[in-house]
Amino acid sequence: MGKTLIQKIIEKSSEKSNVEVGEIVFVKPSMILSHDNSADISKTFEKMGPKKVFDPSKIFIALDHEVPPPDSKKALNHLMIRDFVKKYGIINFFDAGEGICHQVLPEKGLVEPSTVIFGSDSHTTTHGAFGAAGIPMGRTETASLWALGETWLKVPESFKIIIKGKAPENIFPKDVILHIIGRIGADGATYISVEFAGDYIDNMSIGGRMTFCNLSAEMGAKDAIIPVDDITREFLKGRLNRNYETLYADKDAVYAKTIEFDISNLKPQIAKPHKVDNVSDVSEVKGKKIDVFFLGTCTNGRTEDLEIAANILKGKKIKNGCRLLVYPASKEVLLECLDRGIIKTLVEAGGEINTPACGPCLGAYGGVLAPNERSLSTANRNFKGRMGCSENTEIYLASPATVALSALYGEIMEYQGE
Amino acid sequence: MDKIKGKLHIVKENDVNTDIIFAGKYTYEMLSPEEMGKHTLEDFEKDYYKKISENDFIVSGSNFGCGSSREQAVTCFKGLKTGGIIAKSFSRLYFRNAINKALLVIEAPKFVDYIFANDNSQNLYVEVDSNFGTILCEGKTFRFSPLTGQALEIFSAGGLAEYTKRKLAAI
Repeated sequence: MGKTLIQKIIEKSSEKSNVEVGEIVFVKPSMILSHDNSADISKTFEKMGPKKVFDPSKIFIALDHEVPPPDSKKALNHLMIRDFVKKYGIINFFDAGEGICHQVLPEKGLVEPSTVIFGSDSHTTTHGAFGAAGIPMGRTETASLWALGETWLKVPESFKIIIKGKAPENIFPKDVILHIIGRIGADGATYISVEFAGDYIDNMSIGGRMTFCNLSAEMGAKDAIIPVDDITREFLKGRLNRNYETLYADKDAVYAKTIEFDISNLKPQIAKPHKVDNVSDVSEVKGKKIDVFFLGTCTNGRTEDLEIAANILKGKKIKNGCRLLVYPASKEVLLECLDRGIIKTLVEAGGEINTPACGPCLGAYGGVLAPNERSLSTANRNFKGRMGCSENTEIYLASPATVALSALYGEIMEYQGE
Repeated sequence: MDKIKGKLHIVKENDVNTDIIFAGKYTYEMLSPEEMGKHTLEDFEKDYYKKISENDFIVSGSNFGCGSSREQAVTCFKGLKTGGIIAKSFSRLYFRNAINKALLVIEAPKFVDYIFANDNSQNLYVEVDSNFGTILCEGKTFRFSPLTGQALEIFSAGGLAEYTKRKLAAI
């Protein structure tokens, strides 16, 4: 019986020569990711009584969730983290302004294909875009990992999701993955490792792949992987400067489910309040008035996303009275967008450009909603109150194209292509 | 921990997410479990925590705790000293965080169906035996799978912080 990709990755990361689906094994990650929550994690870590971290080169911390800090308490969190980094000699620390952890980790060449990456953030699944198993953990477990360098995992079952067909010109990876989440449901892939395949994936950019793996968290997946190919290798070239192994599922690997989607006739998709799997065609909610438009996050804050928006907004102005928040996902993205005039276009159209960071996605700062406001966003969650206010607020999630076009009208519009 | 007796509080919904349980705006505040407890489910119902007494149980639908990795969505229930959460199912991350924080989480879909169909459910009490995997309610017994193996070891140590502390001390 053949093995799935996650089975092989966990096997390689364990001390066993063979692991079976359902078996519990101890796993050593290649990297442990965390962000502003490292302040709290460091307190838990020190209470556990370790003398040192297990390996200072395998801990990655990027400040992104409250950047720049909105008050002195959050500034103090950052200070605690900087002190911790110094005290324990943490090598891969990226201070405020570098960008969102899930964007910075691959950009800095710190995602190694075919390894396990644990992250104290639910969107750690993003790193499956590089053929790695990105598995989310909580804070206490991250503290324990810093001390011990390993934890236990159950080898999950896998779904193979095959996406076929040529996407229409107005359809972006965000539309496709929202459609998939709508079909599979918020808990449809709970405990499951999702493996993406098919022509559409083969031709997809790294950014699109990151959007896919990132949002797989919203169907409950433990991780989501796109196997390494030339597009992955091209991205890693000059970033990951060492040889890396590439693993693939066996041809006769056993999947709990194989699900096929043909996207040839897909229309722009939108997730309606207050669940990410509450997905429909954009046309169903066309004309809904929007107050805050949000471009950014680990889901859709990359150069290609901002470029799509800039192309739509070029020479135009967003609707009077609306706001367009722009959060480039990283410093690298911001610099590239500056070079290419994308930022200029967005600013001229009425966009507010912010420090590369998470922004109001998690509702803690930087453009949170007022009571009775409605947002259309490229982010990943539309839970009630997610953007900082639960008093009669609503969040819709869609592609950068849908967000940009709608910003011109101040209401939800269906992007038909250029 | 053996038997816990407590009142039931029903959250009759599926996909109760971590933002509803513990709002994002507090996640980077350094709060004690007791302080976290006061924000429990506040976006679901204002001052929800005031209803909860020690050892009470929350009963909810499927995919409880979906969304963020935030552990406070588990710790807040510890802060309120609840007996635990009984749901049709839990998100993976929530279940794992609960074990790591030694919060009793019980998957018992038949029990939840029974409670959801019961008109008097807000006035019911249960007796839960976490070792044997039983819920006693209105003279009926419902079974669930108790923790085993690694998860049980961590839970029994009082959570992963204590478990790791002991492990490090033994090295």
